[in-house]
Amino acid sequence: MSTINITIDNKTLQVDKGTTILKAAQKAGIHIPTLCYMHLEDLNIEHKPAGCRICVVEVAGRRNLAPACATECTEGMVVNTHSLRVLNARKTVMELILSDHPTDCLICPKSGNCDLQSMAHQLGIRKIHYQGEQSTYREDTSPSIIRDMDKCIMCRRCETMCNEFQTVGVLSAVNRGFMAVVAPAFEQNLDHSPCTYCGQCVAVCPTGALTEVDHTNQLIRTLADPAKTVIVQTAPAVRAALGEEFGLPAGTLVTGKLVAALRRLGFHYVFDTDWAADLTIMEEGTELLDRLTRYLNGDKSVTLPILTSCCPAWVKFFEHQFPDLIDIPSSARSPQQMFGSVAKTYFAQMLGIDRKNLVVVSIMPCLAKKYECTRPEFAVDGNPDVDFSISTRELANLIKQSNIDFLSLPDEDFDNPMGESTGAGVIFGTTGGVIEAAVRTAYELYTKKPLPRIDFHELRGLDGIRQATIDFDGLKLNIGIAHGLGNARKLLEDIRAGKSNFHAIEIMACPGGCIGGGGQPLHHGNSTIIKARHKAIYLEDSNKPIRKSHENPYIQKVYQEFLGKPMSEKAHHLLHTIYFDRSKKSFVVTQE
Amino acid sequence: MSTVKIELKPHQVEQIKQICKEFNNDPGELINVLHKVQNTFGYLPAEIQELVASELNIPVAKVYGVVTFYSFFTMLPKGQYPISVCMGTACYVRGAEKVVEEIKKALNIKIGETTPDGKFSLSCLRCVGACGLAPVVMIGEKTFGRVAPESVKEILQEFL
Repeated sequence: MSTINITIDNKTLQVDKGTTILKAAQKAGIHIPTLCYMHLEDLNIEHKPAGCRICVVEVAGRRNLAPACATECTEGMVVNTHSLRVLNARKTVMELILSDHPTDCLICPKSGNCDLQSMAHQLGIRKIHYQGEQSTYREDTSPSIIRDMDKCIMCRRCETMCNEFQTVGVLSAVNRGFMAVVAPAFEQNLDHSPCTYCGQCVAVCPTGALTEVDHTNQLIRTLADPAKTVIVQTAPAVRAALGEEFGLPAGTLVTGKLVAALRRLGFHYVFDTDWAADLTIMEEGTELLDRLTRYLNGDKSVTLPILTSCCPAWVKFFEHQFPDLIDIPSSARSPQQMFGSVAKTYFAQMLGIDRKNLVVVSIMPCLAKKYECTRPEFAVDGNPDVDFSISTRELANLIKQSNIDFLSLPDEDFDNPMGESTGAGVIFGTTGGVIEAAVRTAYELYTKKPLPRIDFHELRGLDGIRQATIDFDGLKLNIGIAHGLGNARKLLEDIRAGKSNFHAIEIMACPGGCIGGGGQPLHHGNSTIIKARHKAIYLEDSNKPIRKSHENPYIQKVYQEFLGKPMSEKAHHLLHTIYFDRSKKSFVVTQE
Repeated sequence: MSTVKIELKPHQVEQIKQICKEFNNDPGELINVLHKVQNTFGYLPAEIQELVASELNIPVAKVYGVVTFYSFFTMLPKGQYPISVCMGTACYVRGAEKVVEEIKKALNIKIGETTPDGKFSLSCLRCVGACGLAPVVMIGEKTFGRVAPESVKEILQEFL
């Protein structure tokens, strides 16, 4: 690759041809401010619409200012990133953006975590010189996500995530000029669209335009109700990210402090979704072996590959987009839902209380989990198995609101019988983890021999699509892994075309899996954070004394005392589900 | 954008698929496809956009984005006599806005709408190139020049 010489702020450097001014400046240690631009390097997502014009710089000999994010360096180019003209232009641009933005920062859910707010601060905006009409749009609330388009600055990062990365295709810029807004087709509400509630739009939104439905107050009220026994389950990815909200470096494991904080918030029992993840492996692993054995014996009614079904965004994705394949995913419910149905039967019986007086709350890295709890098939007589779900971010806020000094908390252990988990349950939190956990158990169940090794490095990593062949004592099992729904789509299209030779496929909707979920602390475009969480999950796994789901004594116990064996009638009733064809195109006209 | 709910007949579905095929079902040809479909059907209701989206294999939100971006596209059927009022600079300074207001009042519709009897629809456009006749109003195939707000009722009478 040929290199070119350029000068930025009097620094001379060499860069590869094709490098943008923004990247070249970064190389020179100069950080040009950006707003609409987003680059998640480790995930191969770059968004540079050059729409906001915050990153403008002065290029000698060029008449107008150039957007640094989208202008390539040329030989001999001389760039000034902070001339008077640039600084004035940048402030003007910012003031114009702010002139059409509500100034309700004090009560905005994004306050303190908002890219627009930080940029206004960084640019030293003290007055908005342009006053005029502001564009307004109706608010749209769904089970997981709130759209408040008055706060949208048309950076269109959400569109890139929804269309390019997830290929869900719900969000698009519609209308023109002052009336322009990012919206679903025909400006329907999200809950009338094929939105999967993955929350990646929320994860990258620089303002308060896209936020999660906040269940914090509902939780505070519930905890104060003396008639209720309130129990909590926490997903694996939460422990690898919550610390960031308290100033700890990304990838710091805070499992013990998380348990202590939940206990101090007033939960009666602090349990672990990882326990339910071990339960999921028992069901899903058994189902895999059952389907595999029947398939190998020539049973034509069995189709392969089997697909994992833990991720509610992924489930909704295939229900909308691949309804012809809805018999392929495992029928196993997600760990969140397995936990809920077992808690409200087995554990409620153990306590001798009615399920209506037992409230199950989940702490999830995910926004789709909020939607998943509301699915009617996961309720008994209108009482949901999981009452509601709060995100990692909401939990952090609640801990702060409750005056708990998180960093000085002691490390505490989960309660039993639904708190003990294995390393296999932990790795559910990252891409490749569910299938590795399944392999650890399925191998031993199938071969009746102990695993020669426990770490399957060939299943790990952050590439969007990965594949590996695992030798089950002579039986070669082809495994596929995808994270990001766009990558999942490629694997599904191969299946549809009959070109897939996988026996089992794991899919997670979010970049990196649950660790990069829509409910996690915001990464603000820094994808090394996701990498650090990924590492932390495997560290937690290797620290666990038991690392195979079927060896979890409390899983063995629940089968002995309550469920019988995997895929028993009771297990089917409580731990499995069915899927629905949601592809019907029926639009609802929503009037302003 | 407001719209009407329709049910496409099989031959119409075929027609739209055919148009998409003429453009090789290429997503890059979306605007051309929409042009031709609107010329055939008169407008682009949601059902048609959904069909075009699935034929070109793109999200329907993208199609809707394009339909709402270009003022040429409409999701409502045009009236038997589409009224276009020129709002170009010359027409505007000579009172086109007052003419539009008068038409809105006379027909009880907004810009972009169609009268319930399907007779008239109202839209605005930029410069028809007859600035000497400003303000200009086109109704169906006929052009009216130097239209005064007071003459609006009389002009509309011709079409009733």
